[in-house]
Amino acid sequence: MYRAGAVQNPWRASLPASRSRLVLAVLLLSMLLLCGRAFFLQAVNHSVLQARGDAYYRRIIEVPAYRGRIVDRNGEPLAVSTPVRSVWAVPSEVEATSAEFAQLARLLELSTHELRARLAETEREFVSLNRSVPPEIAARITALQVPGIFQDTAYRRFYPAGDVMAHLVGFTDLADHGQEGMELAFQKELAGTPGRRGVIRDRKGAVVEDAGLMREAQQGRDVTLSIDARIQSLAFRALRDAVIAQHARAGSIIVLDTQSGEVLALANLPTFNPNNRGQRDPAQLRNRVLTDSFEPGSTLKPFTISVALEEGKVTPDTLIQTAGTFAVGTATIHDAHQEGVLNVAQVIQKSSNIGAAKIALGLTAESMWQMFQSVGFGTAPHLGFPGESGGRLRNYKTWRPIEQATMAYGHGIAVSLAQLAHAYLMFARDGEVIPISLTRSVAEPEAHRVISAKTAKQVRTMLEMAVQPGGTAPAAQIVGYRVGGKTGTAHKPENGTYSESKYIASFVGMAPASHPRFVIAVMIDEPHSGEYYGGQVAAPVFATVMSGALRMFNIAPDAPLTPIALPTSDGVVEEGT
Amino acid sequence: MQGDSRMTGVSPNTGWLHWAFDPLDVPLLSIVLLIVMVGLVTLYSATIDTPSRFNAQLINIAVGMLAMWLVARLTPTQLMHWAVPIFAGGLLLLVLVALQGEVVNGARRWLSLGFMRIQPSEIMKLGAPLMLAWFFHQRSQSQALRGGDFVIAGALLLVPTALILRQPDLGTALLVAAAGCYVIFLAGLSWRVLLALVVAGLASTPFVWSLLHDYQRRRLLILLDPTQDPLGAGYHTIQSTIAVGSGGLFGKGWLNGTQTHLEFIPERHTDFIFAVFSEEFGLAGIALLSVLYLALIARAFVIASNAPTLFARLLGGSLVLTLATYALVNMGMVGGVLPVVGVPLPFISYGGTALVALFIAIGALMSIARHRQLVAS
Repeated sequence: MYRAGAVQNPWRASLPASRSRLVLAVLLLSMLLLCGRAFFLQAVNHSVLQARGDAYYRRIIEVPAYRGRIVDRNGEPLAVSTPVRSVWAVPSEVEATSAEFAQLARLLELSTHELRARLAETEREFVSLNRSVPPEIAARITALQVPGIFQDTAYRRFYPAGDVMAHLVGFTDLADHGQEGMELAFQKELAGTPGRRGVIRDRKGAVVEDAGLMREAQQGRDVTLSIDARIQSLAFRALRDAVIAQHARAGSIIVLDTQSGEVLALANLPTFNPNNRGQRDPAQLRNRVLTDSFEPGSTLKPFTISVALEEGKVTPDTLIQTAGTFAVGTATIHDAHQEGVLNVAQVIQKSSNIGAAKIALGLTAESMWQMFQSVGFGTAPHLGFPGESGGRLRNYKTWRPIEQATMAYGHGIAVSLAQLAHAYLMFARDGEVIPISLTRSVAEPEAHRVISAKTAKQVRTMLEMAVQPGGTAPAAQIVGYRVGGKTGTAHKPENGTYSESKYIASFVGMAPASHPRFVIAVMIDEPHSGEYYGGQVAAPVFATVMSGALRMFNIAPDAPLTPIALPTSDGVVEEGT
Repeated sequence: MQGDSRMTGVSPNTGWLHWAFDPLDVPLLSIVLLIVMVGLVTLYSATIDTPSRFNAQLINIAVGMLAMWLVARLTPTQLMHWAVPIFAGGLLLLVLVALQGEVVNGARRWLSLGFMRIQPSEIMKLGAPLMLAWFFHQRSQSQALRGGDFVIAGALLLVPTALILRQPDLGTALLVAAAGCYVIFLAGLSWRVLLALVVAGLASTPFVWSLLHDYQRRRLLILLDPTQDPLGAGYHTIQSTIAVGSGGLFGKGWLNGTQTHLEFIPERHTDFIFAVFSEEFGLAGIALLSVLYLALIARAFVIASNAPTLFARLLGGSLVLTLATYALVNMGMVGGVLPVVGVPLPFISYGGTALVALFIAIGALMSIARHRQLVAS
C-alpha cells in the first residue's frame, strides 16, 4: 500500500519514541499538578473555602416578634398587630406582561405609573412595593408568578378605636417602632425581642431552605391601659359634638377615677386616624390633655379658697365686698357681673374675681405656692407619656402682689388639663391627692393629704352651689346625682397681652358630690359660636360624660330623681374669668 | 468485515451482536461509557431544576454513539479521503460565519441553517488535525518530510485559527491551533525549530497582548488575582474555587452541593460542571475521574502508537492529546489555575455539538485500532 522508503519502517510505524514518552510525561505531570491543586483546595484550604462559601448563602434573619397589644381596662383591644405580607422586588429581575403589570399595580394599590417608576431603579437589589398587603391579596400576587417579586411576613398595626383613642394609644412607624403615645412610651414592653433563624438563600437572596430556629422570638407583652373604652367613646363623641357646635379650634377631656387615680378617658380634638399613615397635621397629633398647658382661669379659685379656709383666714360665711372694681397697685381687677357683698361660698358660686383676689391678698404668697405645688402644678405628673407638660408655676419669691391676686383666679399660672383634673382629686378625696395613671393599676395608690377633710367638704359644697341654679354652671347638673364643679373662662394670651375675643372655656367637676367617684375636666379652645363661658360651652359636655360614666359604673344615686332645674338664659351667672 | 481475524470463534446466532460490536474497541468504549455515566450522574444534579436538559443530553449521547459507530466502521483510508472535504467545508462555513453569522453575546460564532444553528469552529477541532495528518501523509509518500512541509502545514493551520480568533473566540481558536500543533509536533518538527518557536512566542507576548480583546486580557489578569473583581470577571473563578474547596475530601454528597444548587456557580451544567462534581464528590471523586481520564488517554495512546500509517498515527496522536487538553484545561479552569475559556469537560459537560465531536474522535480512534493489523506483513 505504501512505497518502501518513503517513511522508515512504514508497517510498524509508531510515534517517535522520545516524543511519545515526553508527551506521556507531560500529561501525567499535568494530571498530578491538577490533583495537587484539588488537594490544596479540598484538604488544605477546605475549611477556609467552606466558610467563605457558607457566607454566601447562609444568612441569619430576624424573626419578627409579635408586638404586644394595647388593651383597655376590660381587655378591649385598642392596638393589635395582624399578620400581613411585605411585598418587595428585585427590579432587574422583574418580567411582566403589561396585563400582569396592571394587575400587579392594582393589587399593590399603586398606580401603574408609580409601580413602573419604582421598578425602574434597576441598579437596586431591593425595592419595597407595599409593606402591608393583606394575606388574601398577597396570595393573588403570588399567583401572578411574576419573577423578581418577593414577599416576607410582617405585622401591621391596627387600631380598632381609630381616631377616638388616637392620642393616647399613639402609633408605630413602618418598622413598627412606637412613634407617639403609649406605643412610644411602652415601646420596650410591646416590642418584644426578635428571634433569629438561620436560612439558606440563593444568589438572588430568596430563602430556599430553613436551617432552623436559633432563638425563639420573644413576643411583646400586652399593655393594659386604665382607659375604659365605653367612657372614652362617650367622652370623645360628646367632645366632638361640642367642638363642632361651638366652631371651636380644639377641645380636650379627661375622666379620672377618684378611687384609683386611673385615667378612664382622655380625648382631644382635632384628632387623626392612626390607621392611615398618610398626611398628618402636627396640630392633630397633639395630646393636648397632657402636653399643652394653658391659663386655667377660675377653676383655680377653689384652691385659693382652700388655703384661706385651712389657715382659718375665712369661713364659708365670711362676707366680702365685690362691688365695683378692685385696684391692686396700678392694675384693676373686674368682675363680669356686679354681685355686691358675697360670702366665700358665693365667691365660688358666682365666680367672683374680686372676691378671690381679696381673699388671696390676705394670704402669704408662700402658702398659696405651697398649695399649688402640693396638688402638682409646675411638675409633670409622671404618667410616662412622652412630652407631658408640667405647666408653669413661678417661685413665690418672685411674685408681685398683683400676680398673687390674679393667680388666685388662675392667671399668671399655666397647667395642663390633666394636672387640673388631678388637682381636683383633692376635693373629691376629702383633702387627699393620689397620683394618676394611664395604665391599669392594681396596687392601692399612695395618698398624701394636702388639706383637712373638713375644708375639702366645705369647698365641695361650694362647688355644688356653682352647679345649681344661681351658679355659673347649672348645665352641669345630672338627674339623680349631686354634682360639684367649677367653670373657667380665660382670655387667651396673645402677643404679650390678653385677647378680647379668644377664650379657653373649661369646666372641672365631680360626682356624686356626696362621695365623688369621677373627676372630669373639659376644655374648649376658642369657641366661636357666640357662647364662650365655661358654664355654657364645657359644662354640658361634662354632664353628658359624667351621667354616662355613673351609669356604666353603676354608681348609686345620691339625689332625688326629680327633673333638674335649668334657669332661663338670663338667669345664668356669667363669670369674668 | 470479512478478513477480520477477531471474527473467528463467534457463534453464528450472535451474528448481529458481532455486527454491532465489531467496529468498536471494547476497552476504549468501556472507559468512555464509565465517564459518560459519571457525567450523567453529575448532570442530573446540576440540572435538577431543568430536567429537560438531562433528557436532551441522553439524546446527545445516543446521537454521539451512533456517529461513533459509523465513523468506527470506516477504514483510516476512508477517513483520509474525508480530510480535505471536511477541512474545506469547515473553512467555507467559517467564512460564511464571518460574513453573515449570528451575533450572540457580542461574538459572531453561529451560523443559522434554518432548522438549526451550528458553530462551524467546532468542525475545525476535528477538521484541522484531519487535514494536517492527511497533508503530512501525502508529503511523506514521495520523500521524507522537509522543512517546507512544516511551513505549509503551519499556514494551513493559521487560516482557520485566524478566522475563529476574529469571531472572537480565543478558547476555540487555541484548541484548534493546539490540535494542529500536536500533529505538527508528532510529525517530527525538529526540536531546534520548536525551541526557536517557543522563544519567538515568548518574545512576542507583549505584541499578542496588544492584540487581545479587553475581556480576554481581563480574564488573564483576573487569573492572577481573582479578588480584583469578585462580582465581575473574577466571579466565576472565585465561586468555582469555593465550590471545589467546600467539597472536601469526600464531598457533600450527590445533590447536596450548596454552592452549585443555589446558583452561585454560573454555567454549572456546561463549562463549570466540574465544580458541581467536585463539591458533591470531593477529592475522592476527582481522583476517580482522573483515573478514568488517564485510562482513556492511555488506551487511546496505545491505539495511536500502534497505528499502521503516518496519517492514522498523526491523527490518533493528535486526538489523544486534544482529549487530554480538554480535560486538563477544563479542570484547571474550574480549579482556578487556568483562565476562563469555553472548554467543556469531555463526555461530562452538557452540549450536543461538543459531545458528538468527541464521540466522532473516539470513533476515529476505534477505526485506527481496528485496522492496525490489516496490512501487517
